[in-house]
Amino acid sequence: MNAQTERAERAGQPLLEVEGLRQHFRMSRHYTVKAVDDVSFTIHRGEIFGLVGESGSGKSTTGRSIIRLYTPTAGRIRFCGQDVSGRLTAQQTLLLRTRMQMIFQDPIASLNPREKVIDIIAEGIDIHHMYESRAQRRDMVLAMLRKVGLAPEHADRYPHQLSGGQRQRVGIARALIMKPDLIIADEAISALDVSIQAQVVNLLKQIQQETGCAILFIAHDLSMVRYISDTIGVLHLGHLVELGTTQDVFEHAVHPYTRALLSAIPRPNPLLERDRPIESYDCRAAGVDYTKGTLHHLSDTHLLLATDEERDRWTRGA
Amino acid sequence: MDKQELRLTPEEARLTGLSREEYTDSNFAGHSYLHEILITLFSNRATAISLACIAVIVLMAIFAPILSPYSYREVHSEATNLPMRIPGLEKLGIFDGTRAGVDQYERHGVPDEYHYFGTDNLGRDIWTRVWTGTRISLLIALLAVALDVLIGVTYGMIAGFFGGRADLIMQRVIEVLTGIPNLIIMMLLLLVMEPGIPTICLALAITGWVNMSRIVRAQVLRIKGSEYVLASRTLGSPAMRIILRKILPNTMGQIIITFMFSVPNAIFFEAFLAFIGLGVPIPMASLGTLINDGYKSAMLYPYQVLLPAAVLSVLMLSFNLLGDGLRDAIDPQMRSM
Repeated sequence: MNAQTERAERAGQPLLEVEGLRQHFRMSRHYTVKAVDDVSFTIHRGEIFGLVGESGSGKSTTGRSIIRLYTPTAGRIRFCGQDVSGRLTAQQTLLLRTRMQMIFQDPIASLNPREKVIDIIAEGIDIHHMYESRAQRRDMVLAMLRKVGLAPEHADRYPHQLSGGQRQRVGIARALIMKPDLIIADEAISALDVSIQAQVVNLLKQIQQETGCAILFIAHDLSMVRYISDTIGVLHLGHLVELGTTQDVFEHAVHPYTRALLSAIPRPNPLLERDRPIESYDCRAAGVDYTKGTLHHLSDTHLLLATDEERDRWTRGA
Repeated sequence: MDKQELRLTPEEARLTGLSREEYTDSNFAGHSYLHEILITLFSNRATAISLACIAVIVLMAIFAPILSPYSYREVHSEATNLPMRIPGLEKLGIFDGTRAGVDQYERHGVPDEYHYFGTDNLGRDIWTRVWTGTRISLLIALLAVALDVLIGVTYGMIAGFFGGRADLIMQRVIEVLTGIPNLIIMMLLLLVMEPGIPTICLALAITGWVNMSRIVRAQVLRIKGSEYVLASRTLGSPAMRIILRKILPNTMGQIIITFMFSVPNAIFFEAFLAFIGLGVPIPMASLGTLINDGYKSAMLYPYQVLLPAAVLSVLMLSFNLLGDGLRDAIDPQMRSM
């Protein structure tokens, strides 16, 4: 009951607010990798937020900074109304480790080969003592297995006895058993083959509808992102260059990088595919300096990182 | 074929995965990891044979001295350097206790005794001494290697897991330790301390753990960055849980392999120490001291050196082959996930 009132109280405010997040890695005295540079976005309860961009654009780093696998260099992250970007108190750590969960990219590497599926899934409830008896623990795991489309007999298997899709379902169950408010799906489908990708994406969508959790969906496959996301952020070189609803980004893309990404999507129609124009974009050649740009509101939901002059030029073209 | 047959209704063309039904294979029994290792291990003939050899040698080391009527330290000045005499085989004309056609047992006045491996220059039964010596060699090797594992695993775990400055300092300590020649450390230690089993174990362990700690550290570094450890951290695992539940089980294979290769090394090193005169004190025997004693009269009584040397060789070869087999069975590189 207490949790319900708490939830009702928080309903008004966004679930996750990221403001000016920077994640820099110092390689040596002279060289620092700016993996994420001044990224801001918000995720509301029950929203699926897609984060797209090429390899090395800082997508995964953003996810890992938010869940605090890294300590952010600068910026503020508010989760459930709590600041979780600085030094964490025990209570904040608990909030972060239970209410926020992560699904990893590689279904082979993300499961401990020496543990049975039941122990992998139960890890969270083991750590936080969320059951009273062994029987209850098993019941909770079996319920999760059913929820992600696995059979009860999979509980006593080892990860290498499962197929790729089954393993990823185990990874999803491990996150889901904590009943999180936010799931960070870090390229959760990239390592799967296409037929399994569809299954897993549908599963994620279904789970989102049933539990009402929010998902930060990190991917580079734009068609999947379009299918699942409500809001999409486009990352390039650690900067969030464009942010908007799925419609904004897919139908009214303004930033040349976004347009280049979109033009790279193959069309299922061979006649159209043959003549598909491909836009190329090289920010250095185009003379675009992200650090000079500011965020412009193109509409209530649509944001663009650009200087005033760039905004005028790009919007005119569109 | 009619073209219309290929047309799908919307009902048929729905997306897969929505039904949440996963194909389950029921004939795939839940083999445990250990079970799979054992299957791989025993399907390798060399490994199975070496395991049997080790088992026989260990059993002999335990029971032969108990069952033997002679003691390893009993001196019989009247029955020195007797040749081998084995009941049963003596009827075939081999191992019948004769040398140059003369029955040595009769000549020395002990016609009813059977020394399977003969006696040495003090009249001690070599059969009993060889197995007592094997016992002591194995004991020293196991104790020394157990110390190696204890120190090496702890050291490697700490260095690898906590990393940073602690790791830097710990690696420099290892470098200094390995920079000093092994033999000098051992000889100095054996000069300072009383020679005996504990001293030799310590001498072997003092530098022996370095290899183990290096292997463990490398494994920890590899596993520490893996996604399942990250996943565990996002669930709020304390460091101890990660070490005990994630890192240790995944390092176990490498630890066992290193252990298996360290045992013959320790046996060999002990024999070497004994051979250069730094072994267990008289009248105790280890394989090394037996070979040392035996080789002095190797031209006259070759069996006195050949028999302990044979046991030592078979033991070392078996441990090496077993280590090889274990590596094939355990090594994650060889296993398909």
